[in-house]
Amino acid sequence: MTATEPVDTTSDTGAPTRRITVTVNGERRVAEVEPRLLLAHLLRQGLALTGTHVGCDTTNCGACTVLYDGAPVKSCTMLAVQADGHEVTTVEGLGTPSELDPVQEGFVAEHGLQCGFCTPGMMLAARALLNRNPDPSEDEIRWGLSGNLCRCTGYQNIVKAVRWAAEKEAQ
Amino acid sequence: MTATAEPATGSQALDEVKIGGLGSSRPRVEDARFIRGRGNYVEDVTLPGMLHMEILRSPLAHARIKSIDTSAAWAIPGVKLVLTGEMAAQRNLAWMPTLSYDTQAVLATDKVRFQGQEVACVVAEDPYIAKDACDAIVVEYEALPPIVNPEQAVAPGAPLIRDDKAGQADNVAYQWEVGDKDGTDAAFAQADVVSKLRLHYPRSHPSPIENCGAVADFNNATGKLTVYLTSQAPHIVRAAVALIAELPEHLIRIISPDVGGGFGNKVPVYPGYVCAILCSILTAKPVKWIEDNTGNLSSTGFGRDMYLDSEMALTNDGKILAVRYHATTDQGAFYADAQPTKFKIGLVHSSFACYDVPVGHITAQGMYTNKAPGGVAYRCSFRVTEAMFFQERMMQAAADDLGMDQAEFRRRNLVRDDQFPYRTPFGFLTDSGQYLKCLQVGLDAIGYDDFLVEQAEARKQGRLLGIGISTMTEPLGAGNSREYDILGIKMFDSAELRVHPTGKAVLKIGAQTQGQGHETTFAQIVTHELGIPATDIVVEHGDTDHTPFGMGTYASRSTPVAGAATAMVARKIRAKARKLAAHLLEVSEEDVEWELGRFFVRGAESRGVTIQECAMAAYSNMPDGMEPGLENNAYYDPPNLTWPFACYIATVEVDPETGVWDVLRFVGVDDCGVRINPMIVEGQIMGGLTEAYAISNMQFQTYDVDGNLVGANYMDYLLPTAWETPGFELHEVVTPSPHHPIGAKGVGECAAVGGPAAYVNAVMDALRPTGVRNIDMPLLPDRVWHAAHTGQDVSGAPPFRTE
Amino acid sequence: MYPSRFRYEAPRTLDEALALLAEHGDEAKILAGGQSLVPMMKLRFAAPGVLVDINGVQGLAYHQEVPGGGLRVGALCRHVDLEHSAILPGAQPTMAAAAPLVADPIVRTRGTLVGSLCHADPQGDWASVMLALDGAVVAASPRGLRTIPVGEFVVGTFQNALEQDEIAVEAVVPAAQGTRSGSYLKLERRVGDFATAGVAVALESDGGRVVRAGIALTGVGPATIAAVDAQQALLGSSLEPDVVERAAELAAAVARPRTDHRGTADYKRHVVATFVRRILTAERAPAGAAA
Repeated sequence: MTATEPVDTTSDTGAPTRRITVTVNGERRVAEVEPRLLLAHLLRQGLALTGTHVGCDTTNCGACTVLYDGAPVKSCTMLAVQADGHEVTTVEGLGTPSELDPVQEGFVAEHGLQCGFCTPGMMLAARALLNRNPDPSEDEIRWGLSGNLCRCTGYQNIVKAVRWAAEKEAQ
Repeated sequence: MTATAEPATGSQALDEVKIGGLGSSRPRVEDARFIRGRGNYVEDVTLPGMLHMEILRSPLAHARIKSIDTSAAWAIPGVKLVLTGEMAAQRNLAWMPTLSYDTQAVLATDKVRFQGQEVACVVAEDPYIAKDACDAIVVEYEALPPIVNPEQAVAPGAPLIRDDKAGQADNVAYQWEVGDKDGTDAAFAQADVVSKLRLHYPRSHPSPIENCGAVADFNNATGKLTVYLTSQAPHIVRAAVALIAELPEHLIRIISPDVGGGFGNKVPVYPGYVCAILCSILTAKPVKWIEDNTGNLSSTGFGRDMYLDSEMALTNDGKILAVRYHATTDQGAFYADAQPTKFKIGLVHSSFACYDVPVGHITAQGMYTNKAPGGVAYRCSFRVTEAMFFQERMMQAAADDLGMDQAEFRRRNLVRDDQFPYRTPFGFLTDSGQYLKCLQVGLDAIGYDDFLVEQAEARKQGRLLGIGISTMTEPLGAGNSREYDILGIKMFDSAELRVHPTGKAVLKIGAQTQGQGHETTFAQIVTHELGIPATDIVVEHGDTDHTPFGMGTYASRSTPVAGAATAMVARKIRAKARKLAAHLLEVSEEDVEWELGRFFVRGAESRGVTIQECAMAAYSNMPDGMEPGLENNAYYDPPNLTWPFACYIATVEVDPETGVWDVLRFVGVDDCGVRINPMIVEGQIMGGLTEAYAISNMQFQTYDVDGNLVGANYMDYLLPTAWETPGFELHEVVTPSPHHPIGAKGVGECAAVGGPAAYVNAVMDALRPTGVRNIDMPLLPDRVWHAAHTGQDVSGAPPFRTE
Repeated sequence: MYPSRFRYEAPRTLDEALALLAEHGDEAKILAGGQSLVPMMKLRFAAPGVLVDINGVQGLAYHQEVPGGGLRVGALCRHVDLEHSAILPGAQPTMAAAAPLVADPIVRTRGTLVGSLCHADPQGDWASVMLALDGAVVAASPRGLRTIPVGEFVVGTFQNALEQDEIAVEAVVPAAQGTRSGSYLKLERRVGDFATAGVAVALESDGGRVVRAGIALTGVGPATIAAVDAQQALLGSSLEPDVVERAAELAAAVARPRTDHRGTADYKRHVVATFVRRILTAERAPAGAAA
């Protein structure tokens, strides 16, 4: 999918907006957004995909991690307009309605989550890690997930969860 | 319902672990929604016509407000309301009570008293516009001298921070003492050795990844206020809102949906909540307020910030004769600890509860400073974290002063198994434990003796290895109604159980999960009591209209109190089911025996009915005179606290050139009594050990001389990632609590309470040849390097030194 | 968390981008990876009037070896491309060492080397690495291209040498005069933290002797610092222990750190010396062996 010519519009309060087309979890979605709208906010409010969470305001916590054209990004640190013509995968797009992604299964099997707030971002970071490296060592997992903060688990079970997924996918 | 097939003879009791009862590491019920992104956190709540609120905060630590000009903010398209303290005062809402019988400003009227304090708020069509409008508000301040530590607070000529309070002539928030002063003095007179230690436990913030927030929805047609809130204690909030906002309690509904971590941060009522409620009342629209991370870190409940000045009286052969210390807390601008009313410095006097100490004396004092208010129980049973850290740092210093091995010193002083119940020097009664066994399990697991050899060898090559031990018990499950209340409400908890005709059940509890997995584990308690498979039980909580009154989840009190209430209500259900079983089996109740999931006729085991058959009978075939239905509730007032025990041992290597230290191994031995779901228990322990590591290594807040907060966002307030966090090796010992219905004890915070001293003691052990006695947490590389190179202790007390 | 309003432009070509800069002057700001700019906009520390997003400009995502030696890195080459590059290991050891230490793995997906140089944060890793390598930035403007040595490009804290109508389109590393060696060490308290101190060392050796040395320091002054005297001390040497010690002392002497919550000034200076010593000591064997 490629971006069409920009369509400039206006919001209810008179602010300039732009019509964008984004493929989210495989579905083509159209939205009118102010340029300053963060991608995370488009996903959460505009598209009602509330699985993407916002934790910090300094691009540290990674709770808002989504896949942008397949690569993990912090969606609080991209503008929604930048997604025009691109593909975004959120936690709602992991797995299929009938089958979980092995990463999701691994997080359940190994108790890789507690309050669940960091979990979507953590799972997408893990998904991206496994896509690049299907058989990561413990250190590679710890390094690969070091852009995502978790306050509950102490990470050990998250590492196990990713290993669980890697092993399932190797079968 | 069809009867189950009857085997010829013998017990037909269900396999408890297979059906998800006690001891089953069943996968969590909550996970199904979280892994799909279908949790429902406050920020996910969207109501029709909802407006958005943002807060303007003070850039200064201490200043008089000369004027506030909101005209430019009102002029921005999309702005619906600009609220100042003056306007809130017209509704008598510029101030609110705290959980420690102090007052706290909702929106500042006279002065700002800390950087980040709420000054005004804006309601607009979207949060971006609300933020634009906050930026357009012009506040004129007259700066006043800031106070950033207790020493400055009591210095002659110190400015009076709380000039709003009648009769407040100084900056002292409270004074308190406990113990036997004369007895302690007498014991010190007999001492061979007196060991002294001074240190500062740094200010820390619980910092759940989800910040605080609220969606307040006041319906002016019905007069009903519904608030979706990030709260660990929705029922207390309902009572507090009724008192603060003068709204009738039956028309207030607090809903805590999924909570993205709490760790004590989400117990208090914050100004932002009150503002959102007031703004909803004023606009007659739902108002959403989602705090940003900077707001969370700079204004909501912190933990710790306590100073210790201690002495321990010892005999030459390593027996503790007495302890005494003075603790000073830095409360910030408002005394807002969330803690039981009777105790002004939480349960700090639980320190030394695991040691056989004949006598002790503690004095404490709290100070107002120009810093954010709080003193919340950050993964802690009310200041117990400081108590245990002080204790274990004092223990190590004392062992060093005696020239005694640190494990041996503990061994000589730990309470023995035959001494329970044990009365501590400060009046607690500990319930049970096998302290020496736990210590030994830990020492064996870490390979203590081998490590000492390795350490000695490494030292010869200039490598600094260290081993640190922390052993502790702590009071969890506040608490019995004689001693524990918050705002006068006793600290009981509750459960309501409804068993439907087909034997499926709904359990409603007053506790509130923030990741602890109550929906999973509380069902397991019911399974244990009734034999109903855990998958047939749903657990509900967090909605004050639909759950029984409870004091909420903090201080590791859910399992000790709400868990006990759950067991008790299940037993009430079982008692009624027994009558139904007798009726169905056509025998007298005395002839009915229970095994898991089934009643049978004594002496004829094959003649029985399942709990599900009893449930159906409760609605379809009850005996004459019996009230239909199978539901009940229980309010549990615990007879005592539960006292888990833990032994944590860390080994570290310190890089002498950079001061960077790495954890080589970490062993944890936890005795939290009966484990309901071992997987979840271990998850709690690992999470706590990680927070302990964070606090010992990197995570803290401090203030500079001007009262600027260092650590107001995640660029400066460092939480460890998966990369830095060490791996943990966990072991267990099980000593049931004798007074808890299923023998369980609290566990959620043990590791965060006991963990820090293990790391710090290990680094101090590595530095022992340098003569350094203390480095304040966090043990930042530069602090360790300075200590190692100068042989001097390093203080971390504010103000923070900058150039 | 909510940036101020701005006008957004997404040019498809470099010429369009340059025209937008010419039109909007100092109101305009270039958006590439955005991993420093967007956070600053969220905190409202930055509020550009016009954001010119160059991510749609084709042909800037490369990093490639220059025939005859050297490396070119396009303005849209992401940190992650360098982290997983097949080119850097061996050919550019200092860059290869630094790439995985920049920010955190998710930020590395978006952030760019050239953007990092433009941001001119004294705690930025790439500025030190490129300074040690004697690299340069290529700036495009309506007047054409000009090459600015990194030492002149970073002029102060968050200040670069670009004119208002210029866009940094490429960073270049010159060809080595001999065998390249070196590394990058950074002390950070946790992944993603700003550097307490960092040291980049880039050596070129011939016949076992250092013929060019670059040493640059991260996070210990108002801008990235070249340790010129330390570099000089290494020339002609085989990294003998006394030379290494001298270089470490000279590098520490040129550091101008501030005491802050990441450490005291004394400590940071000491870390600089330690890291110079560690890198050079580790390089000694391979550098000598190459003779």
